[in-house]
Amino acid sequence: MLPHAQKKQSPSNRTLHAYTFSMPAALLLIVLVIVPVIGVALISTTDWRLGEKSFEFVGMKNYIKLFADSLFQRSFLNTIVYVLIVVPITFSLALGTAIVIESGRTFKTFYRTVIFLPATATVVAMAIVWDFMLHPTLGIFNIVLDAVGLQGHNWLRDEGLTLYVLAAIGVWFRVGYLMVLFLAGLATIPPSLYEALAIDGVSNPWDRFRYVTWPLLGATSAFAATIATIQAFQTFETVAVLTQGGPNDATELLLHTMYVEAFQFFRTGYAAALTVVFLVLILSVTLGRSVLTNMREKHA
Amino acid sequence: MIALKRNRLGIILASCARHGFLAIMCIIMVAPFAVMTSASLKSSSEIMGGGLSFLPQDGWFALENYGRVLTEVPILRYMLNGLFVTGSILFMQLLIGIPAGYALAKLQFRGKNLIFGGVLLGIMVPAQVTALPIYIMLYLMGLTNTYASLILPFIVSAFGIFLFRQFFRGISDDLLNAARVDGLGETEIIWRIVVPIARPAIIAFGIFSIVAHWNDLFWPLVAISDSDLAPPPLGILFFRNQEAGDDFGALMAAAVIVTTPLILVFLLAQKHFVQGIAMSSQHKPQQE
Repeated sequence: MLPHAQKKQSPSNRTLHAYTFSMPAALLLIVLVIVPVIGVALISTTDWRLGEKSFEFVGMKNYIKLFADSLFQRSFLNTIVYVLIVVPITFSLALGTAIVIESGRTFKTFYRTVIFLPATATVVAMAIVWDFMLHPTLGIFNIVLDAVGLQGHNWLRDEGLTLYVLAAIGVWFRVGYLMVLFLAGLATIPPSLYEALAIDGVSNPWDRFRYVTWPLLGATSAFAATIATIQAFQTFETVAVLTQGGPNDATELLLHTMYVEAFQFFRTGYAAALTVVFLVLILSVTLGRSVLTNMREKHA
Repeated sequence: MIALKRNRLGIILASCARHGFLAIMCIIMVAPFAVMTSASLKSSSEIMGGGLSFLPQDGWFALENYGRVLTEVPILRYMLNGLFVTGSILFMQLLIGIPAGYALAKLQFRGKNLIFGGVLLGIMVPAQVTALPIYIMLYLMGLTNTYASLILPFIVSAFGIFLFRQFFRGISDDLLNAARVDGLGETEIIWRIVVPIARPAIIAFGIFSIVAHWNDLFWPLVAISDSDLAPPPLGILFFRNQEAGDDFGALMAAAVIVTTPLILVFLLAQKHFVQGIAMSSQHKPQQE
């Protein structure tokens, strides 16, 4: 017998391997994802506060309280406004920038590198830098406005303004990442399609975009929109560092509200209900997107 | 002749517009980094004076600012904490995720679809949703406020398993069967054949994981109260809230120190960053 033939394995042996390879991951997914999701749903039906020995089941009471709570209503509405501002602006700015970079031949890598920079920087550190730039007396914004004779603002303490300031910072953080997604998508469009258009006498940039770029970028755009929406819903760092939800709850976003309820007030059952609402929002973005994609494929 | 000239003029104008637009974008993107670096070199009194020059005018305070951060705050300790935590998380994610991805891509067994369903669910559920129950579990086990509490919740990455499965599916079965005929066991096949082929996917995932966990504030804020265990984002927040106050020079120096490592990694491994992002969009779960 050849020495290596002894080690030759049977298919059933391979099945055994399949279980040893996938079991750690499967068990951990159960412990770290499935049990916690079921757990948070169960906790949301109790009045439990972390640290207390006893609790009672209260059914849907936490949810009823939640939707009647003006802080939650404010936070929910703020989150929707924030997402509706950040996502379309980030998306179009990123797409536009990617197309403009690809429309020429010079400095492509340089522009891509510089515009992507914020996406690699530590979010908390850069949020602290924004805090400094927006400082009412020492910040560069008010110094520049003052120099040209315009009235400065208290950017982070203005009830009517601060949420939009946070949205602008959100765009700054994310536009580079989406731009790189679009650059990857643009690279997959064969140049011959643009040449064919040119032969047909179409050379106007808008028509090139309408007839080739946009339709062929469909999958990339859908992915970019989904990921941008989910990330915007998950905004936490900028609120925690810059405003803590203030002034007067004007920048309270869902994740920050959830953090405060769960880990500062330890209203565990109530925070669990808020978490479930947050999960439903996130899942509806992901699932809504697959439904839309499927519909489009059926009609195509 | 005139038409030709007009056409050339058009090309020059278009090129100017392109560089003009992109230059404005670059300035907006770089401005905070410039403000951060500039203030980290200046004295408090110069910052209070509100000058707009990039370099200090009343003497350089870099030594004082960076010195204050390095001596008054355990900033190097925060960095080492971050390195240890992100490194351990990535090591465990690869150790658990690569074999799982291989089994899902290349082996037949009962329950495979169920596990794959679990992976897809894991991708869709954000970490903040599981934070509360996982915190309770760690609390009951007495593990809050330890390194373990920073690492354990993340040792399995559903996104990683998914990415590896997609990539491994492209590896030819003939190659794997040839290795089996040569007497290689499945474990050896993974680490000696599949992993070298899948290097781009593994590097891309590694970068994704390191960036995500180095930057994370939410979970350390939940799990850690002892500042000695803080990773950089939590550490710099402690510094701002407890020490620096309005000493923006020192605070900006701390921001420079915390931000530099990832930016250097990005500038050196840019190709992999870009590939990784492209890969994440092309191997997206919803495409199944």
